[in-house]
Amino acid sequence: MKASAGGYARAADLGHALEMLASAEGMGRILAGGQSLVAAMNMRLSTGDLLIDISRISDLSGVREADGRLRIGALTRHADIGANPLVRTHAPLLADAVGHIAHAAIRNRGTIGGAMAHADPAAEFPACALALGATMHVVGPKGERDVEADAFFHEVFETDLQPDEILTAISVPVAESGERQVLQEVARRSGDYALAGLCLVKRAAGHRVSLLSVGPRPVLAREAMKRLDAGDPEGAVAALRSEIDPPSDTQASAGYRRHIAGVLLRRAVAQITGEMA
Amino acid sequence: MNDIFRDKVDIELTVNGEQVEARVPAGQHVIDFLRQDLGLTGAHASCEHGVCGACTIRVDGLAVRGCLMLAAQLDGAEVWTVEGLSDSNAVRDLQDAFVARNALQCGFCTPGMLVAAEELLSRGGVPGRAEIREHLSGNYCRCTGYEAIVDAVESVARQRAGKATA
Repeated sequence: MKASAGGYARAADLGHALEMLASAEGMGRILAGGQSLVAAMNMRLSTGDLLIDISRISDLSGVREADGRLRIGALTRHADIGANPLVRTHAPLLADAVGHIAHAAIRNRGTIGGAMAHADPAAEFPACALALGATMHVVGPKGERDVEADAFFHEVFETDLQPDEILTAISVPVAESGERQVLQEVARRSGDYALAGLCLVKRAAGHRVSLLSVGPRPVLAREAMKRLDAGDPEGAVAALRSEIDPPSDTQASAGYRRHIAGVLLRRAVAQITGEMA
Repeated sequence: MNDIFRDKVDIELTVNGEQVEARVPAGQHVIDFLRQDLGLTGAHASCEHGVCGACTIRVDGLAVRGCLMLAAQLDGAEVWTVEGLSDSNAVRDLQDAFVARNALQCGFCTPGMLVAAEELLSRGGVPGRAEIREHLSGNYCRCTGYEAIVDAVESVARQRAGKATA
């Protein structure tokens, strides 16, 4: 099958992109790296879109650190996040996640903002954003607003972004001294979508656990987090398995995903404690 | 629909070192443009959703999926396909090694394999077999079982490293 686009326009800057989005009357679609959107267009899962290509807006790309936060422009490509020294130091979870995202050629084009806005529940970056307590920076006709990751991801491919808004950056708190961040996932082949995946962040304030591929959106495992804070990892595994409600599909049954999630939590805890010993 | 959005987009780019000007449909991906408009049939349109890697080409120095990029996005880009990389001898040693080691049978995946492998080798050094496998994990071959492909890439990495230090 071949894509059916309603039209294409290249945005010179953010203001231009917002104007075009407003003029598209609900049919506008932001094109960034295109690694999910163009695939969906080719399969005619998305048709008639008025494409607003923001990929040339250079000030939406890049990583900087300020006031205890790491701010990553929405157009920063996966490969660049994986190689970026600031990310590796201050948000190693994001850098580690890159190796799990698809394949090298896709990581050369895909953008972190695109991954967040696309909100595939099987994607790594949204789950990382939840575990890190990321903030999504959004701009629309009424100006800028910030959305916490936990409020950003609504459903499969649905976020808090309104049709006239653009995600411009995400920011995460800089990792504190002694903070640990790990990602564990199980996939049948390298680059496949994970059957289940888990992010574990350990801070002075407590543990944060998020999961991907176990529901219609990335989820925080709050009960498991409490059990980990109480120093009860096996209790956390049991809590995790009872608090998630994964789907069954051709890749894995719900029961298998639930089992894997617990195994991943054990591996993540072992990775943290093993490396600290 | 309004006049901001175009269903045909004018682009200027270089392909294999040559200047190209074209008017392309808004939804056309790069591989259909290369194959149908420019007659460059080395890169293949196969799965058309980024899974198989048969469409791998080089855009602005990076290996990318040609099927996941729109031709309209190519304005100002520098594109290299397997034809150009072959004519310029950039992948000649890889091609020779693929032939010598039977690293292809039907050959459908080979152009994508060559472009992806060339990106890995262009970083220098001799990557381990696991690294070669990982880098080529997005390129499907349904004939060879990959062993010979990894052999070929590894042997070229060694050759090139040997020349670099000789």
